[in-house]
Amino acid sequence: MKISKLIAIIVFSFSLVFFYTCSKNKEKVTLITFWAMGSEAEYVTKLVPEFEKINPGIKVKVQAVPWTAAQEKLITAFASDNTPDACQLGNTWVPQFAYLDAIINLDEFIAESKIIKKEKYFPGIWDTNVIDSVVYGIPWYVDTRLIFYRTDIFERAGYKQPPKSWDELYDLCKKTKALYPGEEKYAIYLPTNEWAPFIIFGLQNGASLLKDKNTRGDFSSKKYKEAFEFLVKFHNEKLAPIGISQVTNVYQAFKDEYFAIYISGPWNINEYKKWMTGKLADKWSTAPLPSKTGEDYPGVSLAGGSSLVIFKNSEHKKEVWKFIEFLSEPSTQIKFYNLLYNLPAVKEAWEDSSIANNVYTKAFYEQFHHVVATPKIPEWEQIAFSKVQQYAELAARDAMSIDEALSNLDKDVDLILEKRRWLIESKSKY
Amino acid sequence: MKDIKHSYSFTSTAAYFFIAPALIAILIFFFIPVIAAFIISFTDFDIYALGNFNTVRFVGINNYLRLFEDPLFWLSLKNTSYYVLLATPLSIAVSLGAALLLNSKLLKYKSIFRLSYFMPYVTTLVAVAIVWRFIYHPKFGILNYFLGLIGTNPIDWLGDPNWAMPAIVIMSVWKSFGYSMIIFIAGLQNIPEDLYEAASLEGANEWQKFKSITLPLLAPTTLFISIITIVGYFQLFAEPYIMTQGGPLNSTLSIVQYMYQEGFRWWNMGYSASIAFVLFFIILIITVIQFKVQKITSK
Repeated sequence: MKISKLIAIIVFSFSLVFFYTCSKNKEKVTLITFWAMGSEAEYVTKLVPEFEKINPGIKVKVQAVPWTAAQEKLITAFASDNTPDACQLGNTWVPQFAYLDAIINLDEFIAESKIIKKEKYFPGIWDTNVIDSVVYGIPWYVDTRLIFYRTDIFERAGYKQPPKSWDELYDLCKKTKALYPGEEKYAIYLPTNEWAPFIIFGLQNGASLLKDKNTRGDFSSKKYKEAFEFLVKFHNEKLAPIGISQVTNVYQAFKDEYFAIYISGPWNINEYKKWMTGKLADKWSTAPLPSKTGEDYPGVSLAGGSSLVIFKNSEHKKEVWKFIEFLSEPSTQIKFYNLLYNLPAVKEAWEDSSIANNVYTKAFYEQFHHVVATPKIPEWEQIAFSKVQQYAELAARDAMSIDEALSNLDKDVDLILEKRRWLIESKSKY
Repeated sequence: MKDIKHSYSFTSTAAYFFIAPALIAILIFFFIPVIAAFIISFTDFDIYALGNFNTVRFVGINNYLRLFEDPLFWLSLKNTSYYVLLATPLSIAVSLGAALLLNSKLLKYKSIFRLSYFMPYVTTLVAVAIVWRFIYHPKFGILNYFLGLIGTNPIDWLGDPNWAMPAIVIMSVWKSFGYSMIIFIAGLQNIPEDLYEAASLEGANEWQKFKSITLPLLAPTTLFISIITIVGYFQLFAEPYIMTQGGPLNSTLSIVQYMYQEGFRWWNMGYSASIAFVLFFIILIITVIQFKVQKITSK
């Protein structure tokens, strides 16, 4: 009799606790889905438990999407109404999703936020998320392109400092090439399957790239032509290798002195650290890009990186915003940097010793104050990846004259932008 | 009489019921998408249309007209034809040669050879392409090492616009000849042995036997293989996609790759669909020609 009573009490109390927790879960826990790309997905998962601890009512489900298929997956998800609550978006993709009306205006959230304020970010980076003066994304981590160079080769070529102007860059490359007479060595690596330098130098020269409200190509303009000519000169004078397959491994090539300068981004800092070991460990560095005249050094570079966006279909926008705020706190940004070495978007995080003491990130900090966005239209990726690269390669291989390449480039770009022209014209009619 | 008619129609309805699941699946997953794609190919369906369906414009045959003026399309067509013209005869020759060798009575451990020749066909293309990229490496690749032994200058296989396509041909022939080989072996085994015996009695040599017995009797097999090979090769995609991304100088850009780029990278669905239908008609025409040629020669 006593035993059965005891069992009854135990069962009763357990069921009480069980029902209590059940009802609590049902009432309060909201599940938000967050899509992240590549290794970011793997590492952001490590930050989630802390967020869930602070916000017991919210659970975050992180889904990994490979970078190469990310855009396709997101657009397909949008087409089939299966978008996540929030996601990481390369900031050049923000215009596409904003035009699709897939992501929401964040202005109201920002106005009330104590954590996310415009002043806390690099202006050029923040600007990439603003379309027609509406903010659609919050910078998560940032990247840009600058110079990775061999300090020892620079010294042998007579340069103690990295080049400050276009003329210095050219002179340095000439002198570097002269260090290896008769050898198959080059000064700079400007692969034509990377459009970035071909756009950066244009922007440095003040070229607008597109004209008429971004509905026509402006690559034949004098300013762009000057920049394009400047870059092609490096290929024509054999200061840069022409084929891209000659350099199957940029790290090995950098180590072998195959070239002394490579314009690249922060993702390569750790790769180069891995390759440049032993005697070579202190023989390389990073520097901001030169400017055209050298007076306004450093010259501008691209505002890259990833932003955090909220999808229109999300039913938990407030909860998602909390997660975005959490990821934007300086302390979280520092933690994320130490996990993955993605450079933090929040300026305050750069004061932390783990970043401030890294000699290679200093140049990036300087460069981030001189970054600009590429034209914010959905077609930009196509223009840059397919057209700019295509004609850069043709000109670099001397298969086409510079004038011919640029006027063809404009023609192709105009064709791509035909729909955009039509949309803008038909809007103004009504 | 009435009864028979009734039962006939009954069995035919029953038959329709039996094939219905398969037919419905084909209808939903094949015919409807194909028809939809055909309609889309007459519109300018693009990323704006995904956001707002009202921006879709019916453009008639403009996509097709634009296609004929698009140098990249012609280049991709030229590249693909070059690839097919180079790879198809080579593939048939290699697979027929391998089949003849494997069918020889002198050979021992046939199944081991058959298996090892067939192996590339069932290996994942991506893995194969990555390995071949190493083989083709201008400095460290094993192919250039062997060429160096016979005194040839190193070739920048995937980096030189003139060599990139031949390099892809070599790889894809190596990858796919095993399949045709197996079909050729089956064809060879169907040739009655007494024909060869009779020919031997008449004093025919090996070459005459091959020319007058093997080849004519293999004609249907060869036709079948050449059709699937050409159709398959026209859809060249993964090899250049992984090894060269269409470069250098677009020398390995294939039609399917161009279609994929336009459709899934830049979301020009309308334009991309028109490329798909042009490719479909090319393959259709080639197949019809092959059947006609076969009919004439068999007469």
